[in-house]
Amino acid sequence: MGINLSLTVNGRAVSADVDPRTLLVQFLRDHLRLTGTHVGCDTGQCGACTVHLNDRAVKSCNLLALQAQGASVTTIEGIGEPGKLHPMQEAFRAHHGLQCGFCTPGIVMNAVELARKHPNPSEDTVRAELDGNLCRCTGYHNIVKAIVAGAAAMKQ
Amino acid sequence: MHAFDYHRPATIKEAASLLRKTENSRVLAGGQSLIPTLKFRLSKPSALIDLAGIGELRGIKLDGATLTIGAMTTHSEVASSKDVAIGIPTLARLAAGVGDRQVRNAGTIGGALANNDPAADYPAAVLGIGASVHTNKRVIPADKFFTGTLETALRAGEIITAVAFPLPKRAAYVKFRNPASRFALVGVFVAEGAGAVRVAVTGAAPCVFRVKEMEKRLGEKFAAEAIAKITVPPGTLNSDIHASAEYRSHLITVLAQRAVAAALAGK
Ligand SMILES: Cc1cc2nc3c(=O)[nH]c(=O)nc-3n(C[C@H](O)[C@H](O)[C@H](O)COP(=O)(O)OP(=O)(O)OC[C@H]3O[C@@H](n4cnc5c(N)ncnc54)[C@H](O)[C@@H]3O)c2cc1C
Ligand code: FES
Ligand code: FES
Repeated sequence: MGINLSLTVNGRAVSADVDPRTLLVQFLRDHLRLTGTHVGCDTGQCGACTVHLNDRAVKSCNLLALQAQGASVTTIEGIGEPGKLHPMQEAFRAHHGLQCGFCTPGIVMNAVELARKHPNPSEDTVRAELDGNLCRCTGYHNIVKAIVAGAAAMKQ
Repeated sequence: MHAFDYHRPATIKEAASLLRKTENSRVLAGGQSLIPTLKFRLSKPSALIDLAGIGELRGIKLDGATLTIGAMTTHSEVASSKDVAIGIPTLARLAAGVGDRQVRNAGTIGGALANNDPAADYPAAVLGIGASVHTNKRVIPADKFFTGTLETALRAGEIITAVAFPLPKRAAYVKFRNPASRFALVGVFVAEGAGAVRVAVTGAAPCVFRVKEMEKRLGEKFAAEAIAKITVPPGTLNSDIHASAEYRSHLITVLAQRAVAAALAGK
């Protein structure tokens, strides 16, 4: 029993019939094949599935796709592309802000909203505001450096 | 998740009628507590009534001596609201300390109150300030609203529409955060209102509660030292892998004093 879902994803109008149980992350990954958004925990803890819903970072494993009805969703695929990275992505590359990269799309999406709210974030602010994202590899130091640099680059 | 139907009404009236007509249906707000419950199959609603399309449930109003917050207002909106910063600044900071950015962007005040998690932050503010919970049927005073673990005075089909906070003269919330869950290991809300002081504690027991003895002493003298020797007996408190009841009891006295000091400092 499908319900029609219409929304904008990365600037493109999308419409599909979905089972009400479909999570936003399942819709993005399985229906739209936007596999840059990852599933780490599937319990709202790790932030790997972070996307923007009307410019606000949310955990897409903890929302139904239908909760995005009529909304504008941006995923990691929507902010930059190979050869033309978003300044925050470029900062992660330049500062070695990732190792395996599994957590990275979610952290970058959170960091983009963080930088809009705090255009000159201190390291302490970045650490506090990264509460909703877990990384198993890096120990966070380079992620924090990358976000401070990425926020500075976003102002230019 | 078990299968369910989904509705997105545009008015409170329509939502109430859907809830009445659809047996075993349930309201969906931000989904931050409900979706994990559905995933674990701890709840099996026949239909979800999503309140997201109802404009009249959103928004923040400061008028005279009352701050009113619509049920579907997110934690982020409360945290960044000018009216909240003017009316009850500590409430803005409380909202900014709920969970993490992503949770705050989706979770709502109405959902947090209806859920009444024993370690949630908002119940401490609502009980501490003596706010009232407005529903589509009636107005419920805070002292009657929180009835037990994950239990409230809400009846089947009743929808929280807003929360009205009388402006306290001064107030502060101090939370000892569980770093893993981000909920309160213990949180204490102290408010001095019209002629009376209220102290509400979350995180420590099966349900948010008031500490009347502290309230009495603070009513006589609003100073941290007035309550330095008052403890809540551990026998009534929770013990779990995060903290023993004795430790929680100790924290209540320490955090209550810090909250009084913060309220006096206007922080
Ligand atoms: C990782 C994580 C960390 C968190 N940390 C904290 C924390 O530190 N402190 C804290 O306080 N909370 C925390 N939370 C919980 C969060 O605040 C939730 O937003 C809140 O408990 C539920 O709000 P919601 O809008 O998401 O409601 P939902 O999950 O949609 O609903 C919760 C319940 O309330 C009912 N309901 C919702 N709205 C209404 C209404 N208007 N009328 C009647 N019934 C209604 C629903 O039917 C459901 O039973 C955390 C959650 C997560 C996932
Ligand atoms: S996969 Fe969504 S928070 Fe971990
Ligand atoms: S880089 Fe591997 S989880 Fe963060």
